[in-house]
Amino acid sequence: MPTELTYREALSKSIEEEMQKNPEVFIMGEDIGRYQGTFKVTRGFVEKFGSRQSQYNYRILDTPITEAGFAGIGIGAAMAGLRPIVEFMTMSFSILALDQIVNHAAKVHYMTNGEVKCPIVFRGPGGAAKQLSAQHSHSMDGWYAHVPGLKVLAPATTLDAYGLMKSAVADDNPVIFYENPGLYTLKGEIPDDVNFSIPIGKAQILKEGKDISLVGYSRMTQVNLAAAELLAKDGIDAEVVDVRSLLPLDTETIYASVRKTHRAVVVYEDWRSGGFGAEITARIQEDCFDDLDAPVGRVGGLNVPMPYARNLELLCIPSEEDVVKAVHKIG
Amino acid sequence: MASKAEYKITESAAELEDHLRDMLFIRHFEEKCNRVYREGKAGGYMHVYIGMEALAVGWMKAIRRGHDNVITAYRDHAHALLLGTPPVAVMGEIMGRSCGTAGGKGGSMHIYDPKNGFYGGWGIVGGHIPLGAGLAFASRYRGDDKVTLNFMGDGASNQGVVFETLNMASLWDVPCIFIIENNEFAMGTRLEYHAADKELWKRGLPFDIRSERIDGMDVIQMKRQATEIVEWVRKEQRPAWIEIMTYRYSGHGAADNDRQLYRTKEEEDIAWERDPIARLKKQMMKLGYMTEEKYEAIDEELIEQVEKIYEEADASPFPEADEVYDNIYSDMKPEMGH
Repeated sequence: MPTELTYREALSKSIEEEMQKNPEVFIMGEDIGRYQGTFKVTRGFVEKFGSRQSQYNYRILDTPITEAGFAGIGIGAAMAGLRPIVEFMTMSFSILALDQIVNHAAKVHYMTNGEVKCPIVFRGPGGAAKQLSAQHSHSMDGWYAHVPGLKVLAPATTLDAYGLMKSAVADDNPVIFYENPGLYTLKGEIPDDVNFSIPIGKAQILKEGKDISLVGYSRMTQVNLAAAELLAKDGIDAEVVDVRSLLPLDTETIYASVRKTHRAVVVYEDWRSGGFGAEITARIQEDCFDDLDAPVGRVGGLNVPMPYARNLELLCIPSEEDVVKAVHKIG
Repeated sequence: MASKAEYKITESAAELEDHLRDMLFIRHFEEKCNRVYREGKAGGYMHVYIGMEALAVGWMKAIRRGHDNVITAYRDHAHALLLGTPPVAVMGEIMGRSCGTAGGKGGSMHIYDPKNGFYGGWGIVGGHIPLGAGLAFASRYRGDDKVTLNFMGDGASNQGVVFETLNMASLWDVPCIFIIENNEFAMGTRLEYHAADKELWKRGLPFDIRSERIDGMDVIQMKRQATEIVEWVRKEQRPAWIEIMTYRYSGHGAADNDRQLYRTKEEEDIAWERDPIARLKKQMMKLGYMTEEKYEAIDEELIEQVEKIYEEADASPFPEADEVYDNIYSDMKPEMGH
């Protein structure tokens, strides 16, 4: 019997099950233990796994607020074969650890010619929630998807949050796992099978359609699903392509959709200029040009630091209306 | 800090000769590296260990080789060689050849040999310090009795991430020895211009970490004190922060041809009087463990050995073009093309 859970609960269940299975999986981050996590993904973990007095006394590791340092300690532990999950309170703070993630974790396997692996997951909320303003709201997923050596996941559904986290923990490479805070309360059904997982690197079609492909990931996939409903009222049958994994990128599924519909709009929450949607757009133009009946449309976040006032904030994040407008614009 | 001028040597003649050979081998290896660079057979950045030999020899003899972990920055040839990495693989890596420790993809700054406990070989000043603490954390987590030696230069000791790491290392009781190879220069910036308090050994104290300063130009004292510290860390499961006073005779890197910009010839001459190899040779001769003739013979033998290593590395091919995508991931190739 599948269970209905929220995206947050699905993540929590997934991580907990992997920790139960393997004593070398542990989680570290700011306020994940006694405080139970800022977004409560690790709620109840201290009770289940114990704090520092238990047998595996470092499994729920509250860290100081020093991102570069604890990310690096996680990387070193992963190089020694442990499987750390590093929580960033928000992915905006992961920038403090950018040197550790990009210069160290992503390169160690290459620089050692494959002799040292780095099985680590860096996870946390990335993207806008409600009025967190400029320093807590941006996803910047494209920064990580730019780096060879990293894998970058951005689940859009509750089931994906559950299944992709399983694969991320099992992966022998550093994985960046983006959770959009706007999705934490999204509900979905989770199978009762602790060995269920969703493979990394496969996009999915969440709604079939024949007129246009709406390509997105993370919360923007949910926006695209809502946009598809609005478009249906205008007689446009949109297909919703959920990218799921930015790196590796499943271009096959994206291209197959574009070859069917001959039109595409790419939607992403990150800053429009240089965000990862720009990369997807370029790939479609490069490889599917002959299949296109119109230029690829692009909807990204506004190129501004996120403002606080709710009305301005909403202006900055792509909405279903913005997507509908972009679809009409390319005709 | 400074060693006592006179102390009783209880080490055997064979043991001392072993130390002497190790230091001499590193010196000749590094001198050859400098020549290899000048001849254009190596590129990039290359940082040699000349003058600092006693430091690495002392520490590597203090640990259980192949069991304990070692990590350092880009001045990394000596550490690898002393841990047992095949010298041809080290020279080959420096020359970008396929026989190298990383198949020619790492270069001088990125020598690794995890089988012998050597985790690099890192190019960002201070960046590897949390990694070393992470290796030690894994030992603490598993209770596997390993100690990690975490080397850095005096310049790296100013990096913020080092202080972050010290805090956590102490908080979580990790068996890590942070070792500052204080060679007095952060590239070309002298200690007094880069460190507000020149007594770097004190920086462990605010974190409740055992902190000491040791003379790194005396291999006997270096090894004795290192051994005591390693066993203390293994037993106590606590970190240590150790400043080793040494001197870098050569420039920052092989490309640093103008070191008179930041120091004088006279200063270098004075430093040579502390030379760890000459010092041990003198001590051994005084004990009757060494003669001038024997020393010459060992010296010749090692020069020849290094020459052979170079020739063997030079015979190794460059990596194949299609290897460029290998080992970015453990299980897949990235998207190819330009």
